[in-house]
Amino acid sequence: MAEEIKAKLEKYRTAPFDARFPNQNQTRNCWSNYVDFYRCQKALTAKDVDTAPCEWYKRVYQSLCPMAWIEKWDEQREDGTFPGKI
Amino acid sequence: MAHPSQLGFQDAASPVMEELLHFHDHTLMIVFLISTLVLYIIMAMVTTKLTNKFILDSQEIEIIWTLLPALILILIALPSLRILYLMDEVNDPHLTVKALGHQWYWSYEYTDYNNFGFDSYMVPTQDLTPGQFRLLDVDHRMVIPTESPVRVLITADDVLHSWAVPSLGIKMDAVPGRLNQTAFIVSRPGIYYGQCSEICGANHSFMPVVVEAIPLKHFENWSTLMLENS
Repeated sequence: MAEEIKAKLEKYRTAPFDARFPNQNQTRNCWSNYVDFYRCQKALTAKDVDTAPCEWYKRVYQSLCPMAWIEKWDEQREDGTFPGKI
Repeated sequence: MAHPSQLGFQDAASPVMEELLHFHDHTLMIVFLISTLVLYIIMAMVTTKLTNKFILDSQEIEIIWTLLPALILILIALPSLRILYLMDEVNDPHLTVKALGHQWYWSYEYTDYNNFGFDSYMVPTQDLTPGQFRLLDVDHRMVIPTESPVRVLITADDVLHSWAVPSLGIKMDAVPGRLNQTAFIVSRPGIYYGQCSEICGANHSFMPVVVEAIPLKHFENWSTLMLENS
């Protein structure tokens, strides 16, 4: 499982087509991957497991989300005002 | 790019735009034929001294001028739907670029591997060098590789803008807080111009879009160079 994710990450070119977001509006795609990365990190750290599988979400949200959005959300997470549930 | 006294579309630089061009030619031909026929009939009616006051009905011509328009409409609809579904195909992009609209410039981000972005301002008229196009050229163009499926995610920082490149057949609104996706393939190397297509304030006419398409190898050199310089 971990090897498959590592292989996918090595061959990563850009965020692939995600069937959950097939249409023009990709806002939710960016948001979901951002939130999923931090949730994944939190969950795996709590279980004391290697967080490498979470890297996939990070690559995807970095490809999709504008840098300004990521900076804003990172600040909100630090301030404790992030609107998503992590 | 557009040229003075241009009547038709700009030359297509992407497969979808080529299809749209051919479809437009096909539909416009039908429109011209119908208009010519109707104009001829009007002229004929208006310039004849012959009259017939006793026509009641005519089944044959009624059938013809019901079926023929239906057939013509089908002949227009089928290519149209073909292109519609072609544009909606699932694609597997090789590259994602983000275009952000600001008042009054675009910025482009290439973040698949590094956090790399730059602003793209119009070259002011007084600063144009010989050969540059007034109100169209920018200081930094959006560079992409030819013949690679590219995904563009468009959004805005402040007010509504619209990212448009006619020769690629693309126009997509830039909405604050929303990420609009479009995809294209540029068939040949070149520089393709467009302009902001949603009113966004005083300098709405002065924030052009310029896409430069170069072969993949040169694109890789360009991105390495830009990363080193940033």
